[in-house]
Amino acid sequence: MIKIGTGSGWWGDRVSPAAELAEKGDLDYLCFETMAEATVSTAQVRKRRDPDFGGFDTYLDDRMAAVLPHCIRRGTKIVSNQGWVNPLGAARAIRAHLDRLGAHHWKVAAVTGSIVTESIADLAGPIMEDGRPFADIDGEIVSAEAYLGAAGIVEALAAGAHIVVTGRVADPALFLAPMIHEFGWAADDWARLGAGAGIGHLMECGAQLTGGYFVDPGYKDVPEPWNLGFPIAEVEADGVAVFGKLPGTGGVIDRHTVLEQMFYEVHDPARYITPDVVVDFTQADIESIGLNRIRVSGITGRPRTETFKVSIGAQEGFIGEDLFVYAGPGALDKARLAEKILRERFAIVELDAQDLRFDFIGVNAVHGPMSPTPAAEPYEVAVRVTARCRSRAEALKIGREVDGMAVSGIGSTGKRVPFAERVREVIGIWSTLIDRHAVAPTVQFVEAAS
Amino acid sequence: MTADCSNRVTVRELAHSRSGDKGDTSNIAVIAYDRAGYDLLLEQLTAERVRAHFAGVVLGDVVRYEVPRLGVLNFVCERAQGGGVSRSLRLDNYGKTLASGILPIVIELPQGFDRKRLRGPGP
Repeated sequence: MIKIGTGSGWWGDRVSPAAELAEKGDLDYLCFETMAEATVSTAQVRKRRDPDFGGFDTYLDDRMAAVLPHCIRRGTKIVSNQGWVNPLGAARAIRAHLDRLGAHHWKVAAVTGSIVTESIADLAGPIMEDGRPFADIDGEIVSAEAYLGAAGIVEALAAGAHIVVTGRVADPALFLAPMIHEFGWAADDWARLGAGAGIGHLMECGAQLTGGYFVDPGYKDVPEPWNLGFPIAEVEADGVAVFGKLPGTGGVIDRHTVLEQMFYEVHDPARYITPDVVVDFTQADIESIGLNRIRVSGITGRPRTETFKVSIGAQEGFIGEDLFVYAGPGALDKARLAEKILRERFAIVELDAQDLRFDFIGVNAVHGPMSPTPAAEPYEVAVRVTARCRSRAEALKIGREVDGMAVSGIGSTGKRVPFAERVREVIGIWSTLIDRHAVAPTVQFVEAAS
Repeated sequence: MTADCSNRVTVRELAHSRSGDKGDTSNIAVIAYDRAGYDLLLEQLTAERVRAHFAGVVLGDVVRYEVPRLGVLNFVCERAQGGGVSRSLRLDNYGKTLASGILPIVIELPQGFDRKRLRGPGP
């Protein structure tokens, strides 16, 4: 049996639960997931403009400082995708932490090879979203990265790595790799690989398995939701796992939290495609074996596909956004008139937008046309206006016209000044499939300084 | 909307839900609290009904996957994310709140349905 903990379920995740797991979890592995769909494309754009940006998880130092002393003491290995577009840079940063802590014997490996920006034009199949050929993508291609599987991590572990830091790999692979390494699962043992990737999928979002992203007051209550413990999986060599969390932490792990996470971002639950195996969740058994202890068996798998998914980032334009508020009698009428004024203003300044949207926050901003008509007039309304435009200059018009609402608008218009970040760049994400043999991971160790 | 004394309840009394995004597609998993609830949802919470409920928000097809062993209906909604996370002008550009959007849909209880099975504070 091996014990695996989740150290983060996304880039912005809390750090202290990871430290607590490292200290008290008696873990064999601690795995960090920090990448979203747009992480690589956003990082590539930022790297061009900001020479000080390392190209890896901006919280890498916080996370490593919090967990490394405990991991070194216990011998807990770390697998992490904090490398983003610069896994080698992340490995060097981790090396510096280890050397400072005197852990010169600890080995750090970077797994690279997922970035295919240079070759994607030759490798790409049709765009998955709409079937168009790759060449028809609008805008400059800023990044393309393949979702690699567990192989590079397994290779690094086999070569003695204590810490493996990767760029883009499929999230479940971060967790599957230690299982393959420890249990020696064969590359075509689809049932066990499916179980392992399924366990990885349950673990990859951290607290989403232990009561996070879950509470519905009065319907689904969770103890101490301010103090959620991150999950631990005790995995057996046959691919059965018991999920739990540290005693004394808040949150809950039960049949319902497990089911919500099992289906998170899943389309066909009998065919959840990962680079290593196609996972089938439909025959799973979920059994409570104690307080906050859930045994999951029966997740299985089928042969992997011959392709890797590639995520492509293209510079498509800019979004302009601003916000102002009304409160008291007539707030909603004022919001409606403000929309009319701004639509007229946008016509006068000849705003060239691909999409323009008005939201009345508190009334219809989130679910739009699904929102019921308010039974009573809302006491306060925030007006949010956004537009997607080809050029930065056009997107800037949104904020400039909202500025005019301050002294030329409606009575009692509330407006935050300054409102930073009124324009942001749009990196559109497209997907395609490439031949899996066209890319391979590369493992590089970063040696201790002395 | 909450449960009342009539034979009408909402999905929220029978099931819970979670949504996730991939590109411009969103999935909404509806997880029944028990078998009786699953059977009712299987019959009444059709893909067509979900698509009609999300009109103007989900612009594409809705496909329903049924997992009776786990008591789960998984709705995969195309063109549901305002063009995808980075392009979307929506305040909730990840579509996280789509999961709660499915809960107000009304479900008819059959005669003799054990109301103790219903979640929530009750009437």
